[in-house]
Amino acid sequence: MSADSSAARTGGPAVPSASLLSQVRNATGLDPARCYQCGKCSAGCPMAAEMALKTHEIIRLLQLDLRDRLLAAESIWLCLTCETCTTRCPNGFDPAVVIDALREITLRERPDRVPRNIGAFHSAFLRQIRTHGRVFEFGLVASYKLRSGALLADVGAMPAMLARRKLALVPRRIEGIGEVRRIFDECAKTEEPR
Amino acid sequence: MKIGYFPGCSLHATAREFDESLRAVAAVLDIDLEEVRDWACCGASSAHATSHVLSVALPTRTLALAEKQKLDRVLAPCAACYNRLATARYALNHDKKTAAQVQSIVGDGFNNSVGVVSIAQLLSEATAEIRRQAKVPLSGWKVACYYGCLLVRPPEVCGFDDAEVPSSLESIVSATGATPVKWDMSLECCGGGFSLSRTASVVRLGRLILQSAKNAGAQVIVVACPMCHSNLDFRQKAMLERGGFGDAMPILFLSQLVGLSIGLDPIRLGLHRHFVSTQPLLDRIGAAKPQPEHREQA
Amino acid sequence: MSRVGVFICHCGENIGRTVDCSRVAQALGELPGVVHSVDYKYMCSDPGQALIKQAIQEKGLDGVVVGACSPHMHEKTFRKAAAGAGLNPFLCEMANLREHCSWIHEDREKATRKAVDLGRFIVEKIKFNRPLSTIFIPVERRALVIGGGIAGIQAALDIADGGREVILIEKEPSIGGHMSQLSETFPTLDCSQCILTPRMVEVAQHPHIKLLAYSEVESVDGYIGNFQVKIRRKARYVDETKCNGCGECQKECPNKKIPGEFDQGLGMRTAIYVPFPQAVPNIPVIDRANCALFRGRAKGVKKVVCSKCAEVCGRKAIDFDQQDTFVTENVGAIVVATGYQLYSIGKEQDSDSLRGYGEYGYGAIPDVIDGLQFERLASASGPTGGKILRPSDGKEPKTVVFLQCIGSRDPAKGIEYCSKICCMYVAKHTMLFHHKVHDGKAVVFYMDIRAGGKGYDEFVRRAIEESHALYLRGRVSRMYRNGDTIRVHGIDTLSGEPVVIDADMVVLATAMRAQPGIAALAQKLSVSYDQHGFLNEAHPKLRPVETNTAGVFVAGACQAPRDIPDSVAMASATASKVLGLFSKELLEREPLIACVDRLTCAGCFHCERVCPYGAVERKSLMDGKGRLIKIVAEVNQGVCQGCGTCQATCPSKSVELEGFRDEQIYAAVNAL
Repeated sequence: MSADSSAARTGGPAVPSASLLSQVRNATGLDPARCYQCGKCSAGCPMAAEMALKTHEIIRLLQLDLRDRLLAAESIWLCLTCETCTTRCPNGFDPAVVIDALREITLRERPDRVPRNIGAFHSAFLRQIRTHGRVFEFGLVASYKLRSGALLADVGAMPAMLARRKLALVPRRIEGIGEVRRIFDECAKTEEPR
Repeated sequence: MKIGYFPGCSLHATAREFDESLRAVAAVLDIDLEEVRDWACCGASSAHATSHVLSVALPTRTLALAEKQKLDRVLAPCAACYNRLATARYALNHDKKTAAQVQSIVGDGFNNSVGVVSIAQLLSEATAEIRRQAKVPLSGWKVACYYGCLLVRPPEVCGFDDAEVPSSLESIVSATGATPVKWDMSLECCGGGFSLSRTASVVRLGRLILQSAKNAGAQVIVVACPMCHSNLDFRQKAMLERGGFGDAMPILFLSQLVGLSIGLDPIRLGLHRHFVSTQPLLDRIGAAKPQPEHREQA
Repeated sequence: MSRVGVFICHCGENIGRTVDCSRVAQALGELPGVVHSVDYKYMCSDPGQALIKQAIQEKGLDGVVVGACSPHMHEKTFRKAAAGAGLNPFLCEMANLREHCSWIHEDREKATRKAVDLGRFIVEKIKFNRPLSTIFIPVERRALVIGGGIAGIQAALDIADGGREVILIEKEPSIGGHMSQLSETFPTLDCSQCILTPRMVEVAQHPHIKLLAYSEVESVDGYIGNFQVKIRRKARYVDETKCNGCGECQKECPNKKIPGEFDQGLGMRTAIYVPFPQAVPNIPVIDRANCALFRGRAKGVKKVVCSKCAEVCGRKAIDFDQQDTFVTENVGAIVVATGYQLYSIGKEQDSDSLRGYGEYGYGAIPDVIDGLQFERLASASGPTGGKILRPSDGKEPKTVVFLQCIGSRDPAKGIEYCSKICCMYVAKHTMLFHHKVHDGKAVVFYMDIRAGGKGYDEFVRRAIEESHALYLRGRVSRMYRNGDTIRVHGIDTLSGEPVVIDADMVVLATAMRAQPGIAALAQKLSVSYDQHGFLNEAHPKLRPVETNTAGVFVAGACQAPRDIPDSVAMASATASKVLGLFSKELLEREPLIACVDRLTCAGCFHCERVCPYGAVERKSLMDGKGRLIKIVAEVNQGVCQGCGTCQATCPSKSVELEGFRDEQIYAAVNAL
């Protein structure tokens, strides 16, 4: 989003959801037609070197409404939401928000295509919040390792982390945990039928 | 001056030195940090990557709690937490659809009246006081100010400093007597939340940042985000192992640098908790060597 | 008793398909006072017009109502037909049955009933119409051209060659505009000054052109055919009548290190200076802000700090006490040709809606320059003698990166329009660079190539195929200083490859914008402008060189980004409009303007206060012995635009619009 993001938002007509493009338009309020494929986003993207589909290509496939290719892509999970593209897009478009929407749709419709490590991390992280209200890294790391199978990575750092007292061993639950869980449940309900 | 305080999950554990140093500095600068009672996680990247409504609802709950506590501003020292809270506030003001959904979930009666402030913003308001309080000469310290990607971007959400050529951290660092260097990676992302799930990316991106800081003649990098700190400090060994670097570069939290300049004890500032030793810096100002096994102070 | 004729047009299918025209004619024919009522397929055609003429003569009509299209289309046609048959043209009016009826409704029954209503409205009104005569106003057959760039020069020469006197004013010390700064022009690679300076000299020597350089418009009064323009002749501190352009003063001036505007800051000039050697007029001007003598005066120093120029001047032409002077010129037409300025990427912008490019350094990186600066480097008369050299260290760059669309096609930065000329001049720059630095590499980052003119696309292909410029389709995210070079992070979207280049120099193709201060000038002329400051043409397709202010014409880049051929063509077009205006001694105006009844006017002058055009004047009425009876309002027939605001305001109903008097309007409204 840059100075003109309000102009990039449109109340596009709600079209039946066989179209990924219309799903994303409805979910984000942004219209990919605004993108003129200049590539400035990809040119500044820190993850571009690792993405098979660069940022502008993701938006292009969305303009072409190629659902199967996009939802199966690993590249949409590599976005760091660093806001570089958002800040510099000449059309005030917000590729990061669009990519978030694609991720959300993928989780719902093609969970099998979510890359294992990244998916495991997000699940573990959100599980922590749902359980305690806050993320306790020790629990997060343990949970992530179990989900991702990356059992040995960083294990050597454990003693050093402990010695520096950078790991809380005992998680504490917040008082309003019921509220937090209710928020999770309500949010799951608001997911629009696609 | 009183301000709401949202430490965020990492400041209680992996980045506790950020919390420690910030509280110590706040006390000296006469800033009263009132923690938002019973705050929950802001959702960080996992919430917005998986559910847009959740990513706004979680921070909104915190802002609503702050409003009930009659706080008119909340400081979120972690740049990611800051960005999520500020984005939630912006969405509630500008995105009618999301605002309606979130209001119905988090409850009515919330007026979205609480401002969200980053540590760069808070300490820029205090540069005169910092300058006044600076006892320990840090002159000669060449500091690379690393904003990271979320501290000042996107400009209409953060509404502070310049999104391409920022200067707030430099003005705070100058107030301590140290010398900020001109370098070109101050806003480039460190790899954020990929520390566990895609460590190689973090190492790649971190190397670029370290290299640039070194080329600019920096001796220390100052950060304002626990994720950036962890990536550049905890993961620095992996970056150095790839070679071509020379000596390690200590990574300091902004509050630690300010704390050193106003003469606070390095232990109190949590400098012993870093993975990359800060001793070379401390030797220059004759500070005591922090003991890694030292039991924590109150 | 009235004898009105009604003529309902089918307009082919346009009206006839939706409105039952014969029924309308029949219904209107039954109205009292209507003695003739017919319908016909095409009233505007010759046979259609003949019907009107015939009816006027045979039936002695005293009013004609044509129910057809919009008056904007054919009111003139039908009035001329009526006049041809001996009926006063202002006793002929139209009812708009097309734009106001058939084109906007679908129900035939309702549309027909509405058409009858619309017709009746005009029939009742026309019973109160009065015969009116055209107003004639004298025309001052001299023109003013504001702006001495290529467009202004062309317009001035064409009008002058047409036998009319032209005053050409230019705010800079010399005419020539931006074209004089260019090195070579596309698509021919003609040397810019070589083709421009003969024109400049012609302007200076033309018997019909009065050149007022270093002058600006102070105020404009009047109306088409009769403008009074007050012009400020800024003080050069040099007496134009004495100076012979020898240049000795500039040699002696001790302050030689002022970044020169003509060289876009890349070269130095003195405090007393002529912008470039071929300047017209070749008379220097003193830059007070940088002149030691004037700086001393400003500080209150009593003694004369420096007067080397005056001492060395053989003609005693230097006059440090010279003041701005004012002249007022009477002209009949004004041509605005004020040109453009280039967008700058700096953080400070002159408008809240604009943003700078922080990602490109906000203009702080020395070897990142704009297109005009590159022109000065490439120019043989430029600060480097035509060598492409880096401003930072004077070395020859081997890798030059050109970025298109900087500050244009960029809604986030506040400018969404395409600046039209950049694709062409970037291609030109790559060719100039190739010609001068044989082992150089030019890289262009572009989004599209807009090369629609004659020979233009072929020109760009030459840059790619002969000069081997590398064209990468994509934009640059960021650039920053990396040691001696500038690191550019871009992308080529055609291949999907991110591209990082360490450039020796970067040239930004920045957008053409309206000149600073254009809003103030436009307001003096009552000419409207858009949100970017570009002056508005009267109609984008059919009246591209006129403005909505009669008598004021517009040419060149001040109306929209434009290249030299189109600017010249537009300038010649304005000249033809001006010469057409001047072809008669008297201007005809429609008499549908306001008129004050002196008997009832109380002299309250509410009308004067509300008139948007300043058309109300005060007239003293005297008796036979020269004593004042009263002061009343009077409408200037040349200025009044017939808006009717005075009529709505007047408390004593003393001023009315001819053609729209109260009794006409009441009759029409009561008819509904």
